[in-house]
Amino acid sequence: MEKLTEVQKRLIREVADLHEVPIGAYNFRANGGLAGRNTTANIDIVSKEDGSGIDIRIKPGTVRESVHIPVVLSESGLKETVYNDFYIGENSDVTIVAGCGIDNCGVQDSQHDGVHRFYVGKGAKIRYVEKHYGSGDGLGKRILNPVTEVYMEEGSSMEMEMVQIKGVDSTERTTIAELKKDARLVVRERLMTHGEQYAISIYKVTLQEEGGSADVVSRSIARDRSYQKFDACVIGNAPCKGHTECDSIIMDEGTILAVPSLEAHHVDAELVHEAAIGKIAGEQLIKLMTLGLTEQQAEEEIINGFLA
Amino acid sequence: MLELKNIFFSVESDGMQKTIIHDLNLTVDDNKFVVVTGPNGSGKSTLAKLIAGIEKPTAGQILLDGVDITDMEITERARTGMGFAFQQPVRFKGIKVHTLLRLASGTNLSVSDACDYLSEVGLCARDYVHREVNASLSGGELKRIEIATVLARNSRLTVFDEPEAGIDLWSFQNLIRIFESMRKNIKDSSIIIISHQERILNIADEIAVLADGTIERHGTRDEIFPSLIGTESAQDACNRLRRNV
Repeated sequence: MEKLTEVQKRLIREVADLHEVPIGAYNFRANGGLAGRNTTANIDIVSKEDGSGIDIRIKPGTVRESVHIPVVLSESGLKETVYNDFYIGENSDVTIVAGCGIDNCGVQDSQHDGVHRFYVGKGAKIRYVEKHYGSGDGLGKRILNPVTEVYMEEGSSMEMEMVQIKGVDSTERTTIAELKKDARLVVRERLMTHGEQYAISIYKVTLQEEGGSADVVSRSIARDRSYQKFDACVIGNAPCKGHTECDSIIMDEGTILAVPSLEAHHVDAELVHEAAIGKIAGEQLIKLMTLGLTEQQAEEEIINGFLA
Repeated sequence: MLELKNIFFSVESDGMQKTIIHDLNLTVDDNKFVVVTGPNGSGKSTLAKLIAGIEKPTAGQILLDGVDITDMEITERARTGMGFAFQQPVRFKGIKVHTLLRLASGTNLSVSDACDYLSEVGLCARDYVHREVNASLSGGELKRIEIATVLARNSRLTVFDEPEAGIDLWSFQNLIRIFESMRKNIKDSSIIIISHQERILNIADEIAVLADGTIERHGTRDEIFPSLIGTESAQDACNRLRRNV
């Protein structure tokens, strides 16, 4: 952490809630280079030989441990693609915090494309948190195009929290998951776009074997003239349960396109999708105003609650 | 003291002006519990909204303690000490019961204080304080939370729009106890209730009867109540149930 500049430390606080060096394993990446790493007896982090990213190996049976792998970019004009592979041992129970913060005060675009692959072993339980954040008032864009691939073995479970609230100009997020017998995937996406921002979020979840379940839920707010597209497809190839939901608030001159879809290849695949787009209800504002809030304060409370 | 002077309110419907409130005059003194009753469509809910500032009168004047509040916005009226309980409470995705009560109280309300308000309205606080005020709550639960938010306001003047609607008979007793404790605990406070529930009329200090958008009669309970029994302006619970069947 001592190698990081103040701007980089601020970005890390935003994306990983870290105020100091975390306990457990971590890998800090700043402006394309390594800024700090720690491994534990159960969690190893090694750089790929070709320098394209890192491998994170979690031993079977590792419980109550965490891995933090934040990435920060504070130089204008930096573009990188990074491959991070997670090998999660059987019956482990760990929290993984990723996230990327970009501060761009320059005129050139800054871009980080992270490719995360998760190989989740039998019976393993993972909580994954990924936050994206941008700051800086330069003309250069802050661009993030993450790709996440999740391969889940029998009886494993994964909860993914994907958050992007502020400052990322353009993002195209693709998440692909394949689930074996009795595996369970829960995705909670929170997205707010403003200004001229552009965000696309694509999910393709395949429930390959009996007993698999997936719940993919997105809550988003499009402000100003921003554009959002949510495209989630749940595929059932066996007796399984799948649910996808997109709930959006549209404001100002925003645009939202919601495309939830389902594909069943088995008569016992129970699949459901829901999508709703609407403005903040006038009666919600009125209720909070009768409690003494101004219209603007009421709007903020409604947004904060919706994205909480 | 709240004074409504020569209030008119009309809306445009199918290109025609439709008058809903017509030359209405009403004074509510401090320390008074006033029930406004009247048949369906007489303008009761509109009157409640005019008092809270949700609707603005087409003509007339509203004074609170002598100050003209006719042009005051909802927020400003709330801050001058006016509370309003909605007939149909609003749901919020993501906002927790504790947050709503904290916003209502205007203070950094602790969980334990929030629980006190929930217990007041007959909800087991531990089960509700961290729940979202969303569609998972039943109409009755939502109504009680609505009343809890109004309690947390501690307002000098509170308007309840049909507080008994959607509340079961057990909590009906509770509701009456709440009105009584509000009167006792908030100095010089007044309560205005929009209702045609016989049992609420029966505990009023004063009753105002609204008909065709204006106050037809206003007097003490003893003066007004006997003449209302059996009319649409004073119904017992069974009557209302029968009507809803």
